[in-house]
Amino acid sequence: MAEKLVPTPSQTVGPFFHLGLARPEWGDLTKGGPRGERITVEGRVLDGDGTPVPDAMIELWQANAAGRYNHPEDHQDDKPLDPNFRGYGRVATDAEGRFRIVTIKPGPVPGRGNSLQAPHINLAVFARGLLKHLYTRLYFADEPANGADPLLLSIDDEAARRSLHARRSEGSTYRFDIVLQGENETVFLDL
Amino acid sequence: MDVKPFARAREGTQPPYLYPDYASTVKRSPSRPLVRFEHTLSEVTGPTFETGWAGPNVADLTRQHPGEPLGERIIVTGRVLDEDGRPIAGTVVELWQCNSAGRYHHPIDQHDAPLDPNFTGVGQVLTASDGSYRFVTIKPGAYPWRNTPNAWRPAHLHFGLFGGGFATRLVTQMYFPSDPLLAYDPIYQSTADETARERLIAEYDPQLSQPEWALGYRFDMVLRGRDATPLEAA
Repeated sequence: MAEKLVPTPSQTVGPFFHLGLARPEWGDLTKGGPRGERITVEGRVLDGDGTPVPDAMIELWQANAAGRYNHPEDHQDDKPLDPNFRGYGRVATDAEGRFRIVTIKPGPVPGRGNSLQAPHINLAVFARGLLKHLYTRLYFADEPANGADPLLLSIDDEAARRSLHARRSEGSTYRFDIVLQGENETVFLDL
Repeated sequence: MDVKPFARAREGTQPPYLYPDYASTVKRSPSRPLVRFEHTLSEVTGPTFETGWAGPNVADLTRQHPGEPLGERIIVTGRVLDEDGRPIAGTVVELWQCNSAGRYHHPIDQHDAPLDPNFTGVGQVLTASDGSYRFVTIKPGAYPWRNTPNAWRPAHLHFGLFGGGFATRLVTQMYFPSDPLLAYDPIYQSTADETARERLIAEYDPQLSQPEWALGYRFDMVLRGRDATPLEAA
C-alpha cells in the first residue's frame, strides 16, 4: 500500500470568518418544513474568564426526527429520509457571545455494536484562538434515553456529563452554553 | 452498528489547543483532557453538497465588481484528497481573504490600509470528480495583529472544507512560499511536525501561470482518511 499523505493541519478561523462563512439562513434548519418537534436552542459561548466570545462559529450536524442521517453511509432503510431536512446548520455568536439555532429534535441513532445513542446534536465550535475546532454534543436533559447513551455513560463526573445537557427553559426552547475553559468547562470530544 | 472510522492524527501533525505563543489560545483552550470517543454514525456522516444547495460556484474573485481589484492576480488550484490519495469529489471549498493591501472587507478590521471597492475576498466552489478546485483571485497582503508588539501575519488564504463526514471537517490557511513572516507566525508554527506544517504552503507552479495575466500556485488539501485498510485494496 502506498505511503499515506499527512493530512493538512487545521488553522484558526480567525476573527474575520464572517466574511466568508457567515450564512445567517443556515441557522434555521426548519425552513423546508421537516417532520418532527420544532425546537430552538439558545446559549452563549464563554471563555476561561467567563467572558462571552463574540467571534465564535458553531456548526451542527444531526439526524432527522426518525433518527436517520441524510448521508449515503446511513443505511437504516427502515427509517425514512426526510426530503425537507438536511441536518446541517451554522451560526455565529453575537457581540454578547449569544447564538440561536432553530431545528427539530433528532431521533435516536445507532451507536457502536448493538447500542443506541440518545437523541443528540453534533456540534463543532470554531473561533479566533482555536487552532482547531472543538467537537461536542448537545443532549436533551429531559430525554429518558440518556440513561443508556454510550458517550454519557462513559463520563463519570456528573457535572461534566451535565455540561452536555440542554435544558428546556420555556416551551420548545432549550438552553445550552458552551464553556471553552474553566470550572464549568464543556466536555469536548477527541474524535 | 459498526462504521468505518476516520484515522486519528499522528502526534504533532495537528496544532494543539493551548499554544501560548498565540495569545488568544490561553483563555479559549480547554483545560481538561478531551474525551476520546470512537466514531459512530454521527461522526462518519456529514453534510453533502453535490446538489448545489449551498449556492453557486464563485471561482473568480477578481470579477465580482465593476472594476478590477488592485494587486497581483493569482490562480490557486489543487485537489482535495484523503490521506490515501483518493480524490474527494463534490465537496464545498469555501475561501475568504483580505485584499492586496492587507485589509479584510469586514467591519471589525480597522487596519490602516485601504479597502478595495473592487474586491470582497469571498469565493466557494464544489470540487470536480477528480477532487480538483480552482480559484482566480489576488494575492493577499500581510497585515499587523495584536498578538505581540509589531506582529504581522504572513499573506494567507482561509479555506474551509468538509469531506466525507462531520469528523473530517477542516478549516485551514494557505501560505505562500518563501514568505519571511512564516518563521515568526505562531499560527503557522503551532503545528510541530515539519512535514505536516509545510503542507500549508502552496507551491509556485510556472506551468499554471498564464502569460501576461496571472501567477499560478498549486495547493492540495488532504483530509483524514479511513482508519481501516479498505476492502477494495488488493
